[in-house]
Amino acid sequence: MDENKKAAQKKKVTHFITMAVLVILFLAFIFPFIMVIINAFKTKGDITADPLALIGSHGFILTNFTDAMKKMNFATSFTNSLMITTISTIFTILLSAMTAFVIVRNKWKACGLLFSLMIASMVIPFQVLMIPLVSLYGGIFGVLNSRITLILMHIGFSLSMATFMFHGAIHTSIPLELEEAALIDGCTRWQTYWKIVFPLLKPTIATVAIIDAMAFWNDYLLPSLVLGRKELYTLPIATQAFYGTYSTDLGLVMAALLLAMLPILVLYLFLQRYIVEGVTSGAVKG
Amino acid sequence: MERNTMKYKVKQYLMFAGVSTVLFCAVVILPFIYGLYLTFTSWDGVSKEKPFVGLANYIATFQDAAYWQALGRTLIYSVIAVILVNVVAFFLAYLLTSGIKGQNFFRAGFFVPNLIGGIVLGYVWKFVFNRAFVALGKSLSVGALSTSWLATTNGAMACLIIVSVWQYAGYMMLIYVAGFMSVSKSLMEAAQIDGCTKTQATLNVTIPLMRSSFVQCLFLTITRCFMVYDVNLSLTKGEPFNSSVMAAMHVYNQAFSYKNYGTGQAEALVLFVVCAIVGVTQVYIGKKGEVAA
Repeated sequence: MDENKKAAQKKKVTHFITMAVLVILFLAFIFPFIMVIINAFKTKGDITADPLALIGSHGFILTNFTDAMKKMNFATSFTNSLMITTISTIFTILLSAMTAFVIVRNKWKACGLLFSLMIASMVIPFQVLMIPLVSLYGGIFGVLNSRITLILMHIGFSLSMATFMFHGAIHTSIPLELEEAALIDGCTRWQTYWKIVFPLLKPTIATVAIIDAMAFWNDYLLPSLVLGRKELYTLPIATQAFYGTYSTDLGLVMAALLLAMLPILVLYLFLQRYIVEGVTSGAVKG
Repeated sequence: MERNTMKYKVKQYLMFAGVSTVLFCAVVILPFIYGLYLTFTSWDGVSKEKPFVGLANYIATFQDAAYWQALGRTLIYSVIAVILVNVVAFFLAYLLTSGIKGQNFFRAGFFVPNLIGGIVLGYVWKFVFNRAFVALGKSLSVGALSTSWLATTNGAMACLIIVSVWQYAGYMMLIYVAGFMSVSKSLMEAAQIDGCTKTQATLNVTIPLMRSSFVQCLFLTITRCFMVYDVNLSLTKGEPFNSSVMAAMHVYNQAFSYKNYGTGQAEALVLFVVCAIVGVTQVYIGKKGEVAA
């Protein structure tokens, strides 16, 4: 009995230590966020005086937010980001799932070639493509400074990864018999795809949607190269431009940073489980 | 059969993959090939003409001391960051699979930095390093904290590494957690019945079986660290005195600030080749010794 008691006690102690380590690490992890949150409600002077104080000597103020919203064109850039992210994500999913379907179900040479090119292209980092991209589409075709160009580029860049994931999903989890049954019942290939295959791909659709939407929402380099006019800015570019002008006005900066983080944090609060699952399964498959 | 005719095949292909093929080629394949061509020209970004200069850009690349410095810096940064990210992530995953209370909450919490783009994260940390840590150092009278780390050469590098570890550890933790969960509990128990302590069982049973998680995390962190740009731009902007310019930022500046598009593209290609060699070698070595349960 004594042995058991000792073991139980030992377990309790390790449990306590683990918990303490985790809590300390967790606090260290969220420390930057806490700093931004408490300082967003202070005046510039109060932040310089004591950035660690919970509330500044001028009290709890909200004017930073209204000012920052106006100065970084928050409404416009938020709408831009939302529009670009949503449209790019939807089309990436639709196009890549269709492509994966035709690649998996046919042994044509064109399909094999496309798929190998896509796989190979996944190792190319964006930095290798950005200079020719700008000189081609800016210098020769002159189609930069347009949201549509950015959307098409987002889709083009994310197609290979998404096709690869749908390829795996169709290959392993959609039985060929289902499609044959539909074909015998008189469906065309097109109908079979939309009525049978696509609805069965839901889990992969969710994964791809989460990974790509997050990548599009947070992307900075590509949008900054494509969108040169203020009214087209997405949130990351707007934040960067704002910081460039107002970096000394710390209260405003903190409010702007909080505003830039808020949409995705709120979304995370509701979709946390799906996002964690989606990212994990996406990473493990990729 | 109608389904064997060329016309049917072409129609089907275009219907399902036509748009994708066009977009993919226009955005990835065409720029890649055009980029190779650009490395043999000297283009300033404005003029219509792109004079052919042969290998001059590659020679310029090999003579560009700042580029090699940036590449070496990126290498040092990557080695330290990759090791630290994976150590922290593995440690977190280990703690968070031990069946502790609230482990889902912690997992979700540690992942939060990954939700936010590098630009915003960089500015957040800039404030923390410049103001919060300095204030903390002054109130606790810790000398090392009382001036901003971002103001010194080594400090700026340390800051970049800290932010990268903070940013990626949560993501890699999720992969390691998945790895831990994929190793069945019965194997651990069997090892413990055979007389292993829990630490021994983890070291000799769980970790070898998680090899693919390691390979994957290392690949992801290596490629990301090599190509770091957003955080570099917002956190240090290359300061102080260009001592924290990473390779990707150097390439960007070479092309878009100094208008040497050809040389910039040649340097980007060299960077890509170095990164690909490191990444592929790592995966090759990692996969070779993989064991199955």
